[in-house]
Amino acid sequence: MIDREQVLHVASLARLQLSESELDRMASELSDVLGHIEKMGELDLDGVQATTHVIDVVNALRADAPEPSLPVEVALAAAPDEVSGGFGVPSPVAKDD
Amino acid sequence: MTESDSRVRRLDHPVSTLIDLTAAEAAELVRAGDLDPAELFEAYRSRAAADELNAFTWVADGPPAPAPSRDAPLGGVPLAVKDLFCTEGVPSQAGSRILEGYRPPYTATVVAKLTGAGAPLLGKTNQDEFAMGSSNENSGFGPVLNPWDRSRVPGGSSGGSAAAVAAGLAPWAIGTDTGGSIRQPAAMCGIVGLKPTYGACSRYGMIAFASSLDQAGPLTRNVTDAALLLRHMVGHDRRDSTSIEFPGEIELPRSEDLAGIHLGVPEELAGDGVAPGVLESFNATLRLAEGLGAVIEPCRLPHAPHALSAYYVIAPAEASANLARFDGVRYGLRIEADELTEMYSRTRAAGFGAEVKRRIMLGTYALSSGYYDAYYGTAQKVRTKIAEDFKDAFTRFDFIVTPTSPWTAFELGSKTADPYAMYLNDFCTVPMPLAGIPAISIPSGLSDGLPVGFQLAGPAFSENRLLSAAHALEGAIGFDGSGPMTGAGAEVSP
Repeated sequence: MIDREQVLHVASLARLQLSESELDRMASELSDVLGHIEKMGELDLDGVQATTHVIDVVNALRADAPEPSLPVEVALAAAPDEVSGGFGVPSPVAKDD
Repeated sequence: MTESDSRVRRLDHPVSTLIDLTAAEAAELVRAGDLDPAELFEAYRSRAAADELNAFTWVADGPPAPAPSRDAPLGGVPLAVKDLFCTEGVPSQAGSRILEGYRPPYTATVVAKLTGAGAPLLGKTNQDEFAMGSSNENSGFGPVLNPWDRSRVPGGSSGGSAAAVAAGLAPWAIGTDTGGSIRQPAAMCGIVGLKPTYGACSRYGMIAFASSLDQAGPLTRNVTDAALLLRHMVGHDRRDSTSIEFPGEIELPRSEDLAGIHLGVPEELAGDGVAPGVLESFNATLRLAEGLGAVIEPCRLPHAPHALSAYYVIAPAEASANLARFDGVRYGLRIEADELTEMYSRTRAAGFGAEVKRRIMLGTYALSSGYYDAYYGTAQKVRTKIAEDFKDAFTRFDFIVTPTSPWTAFELGSKTADPYAMYLNDFCTVPMPLAGIPAISIPSGLSDGLPVGFQLAGPAFSENRLLSAAHALEGAIGFDGSGPMTGAGAEVSP
């Protein structure tokens, strides 16, 4: 079960603003889905190794050498806001007024 | 027109003749000089541009530039590409309003390989938003209609690709499969869909949903076309460290029988919960397989019933991390606010649809402090057990066979009110990606006039054997998928 308070907390972790009606619906829908999911807790999984990767591969390493990358203007082409050759964002600190 | 002229220029085939050709047949005719690839491209382009199924989110407005070489292996046969593959300068929106109008500065490796092999981009196909869905009703750009019955869903998430191929609006297409998103829409639209072994195809340039599960694969009219397309998709890519060089080449399947092939039928995935009409078609296909020489026996995948639970923890958990990048900073939608966190939250609230929000919430919750072990940790252990079940089964069986989807295409809107009912669509298709193994869906017949899919799953990198067996079965089934090819797009010339 997940209640409205938990939904609010998770939504803030996920940087997702939910409306009042979404909060209520989310609490009931997530509780329902989690209820089904929790059935896997009935399995005896003691000593079972968790899967980290499904196919047997080893770490891929490469030389740490600079390579050509996207030109700045191309990387910025789709940005909603550009400030002196970088991505523009609003202040990370709330204004006091 | 002299004979030599006719071999190099337009033959003015009626469109109906052109769309009757399978992709492999068309490629062969182009390579032999008997078909002008420009004529073929325009025939499909005009059909796709008149799409009435909402299968396409973008269609090429003219011939491909540069024109593919006539002797290219894929013969200039045009390709429909699921919207979530990045295509340079072409809208790539992953079915989401948060990426509306986004034109990436680079092209996904798989798309670049296919266009390089002579399959030019015909259009981008509609999909469930960020591939989250089993009905295509979660697209930010409206649902896709099933060409067999327009009041029904095409399946999802690669529903646009499946509908386009089934309706003859595209000769072939690619999609992605995370929990069934290639195989399930292929089944519901009466075409072939293959999910390769994890790592067989590069994920570079695929807008990510669940990175440990996502794989690109073909959606085609028949098994031979799937093999031909897959041949040019696989391979290691240094831009995707999880990609692996495919052992050997994908061969065009020739097999006509299943002599000595052992097929396992898991009671967990081929019994309770499957619609009677689907089960009937499944059992009829087993009898055909037996007639081709296959040995059929029941088998057990004891943890398969828990696959859905593990999947709906792992996939949303990975999605919640992958979708953090949609924050209104580098691309896509931004809703302005005075403060940064507020801008993030408002942008994401406005840009994401209901199902994407639900999965982000589910994944964030499963990964949050105090719940991680109970959900994500447990799910990754269940995943190990599922992979072991398959490994055990493959010591006795060449392939595991199941219905692809528990039911046929359902009415639009009939399952949207209950998220878990919608998730049950994936019941037969989620165990394979959790184990990283390949699986193919082929049409096995009709139930009340709607296509049914038959799924074969094999061990990692068994694609060639899988395609061979599917090819033999396809011949015995003799499915006629031509029904929906008239009327869905532009008028077919007489």
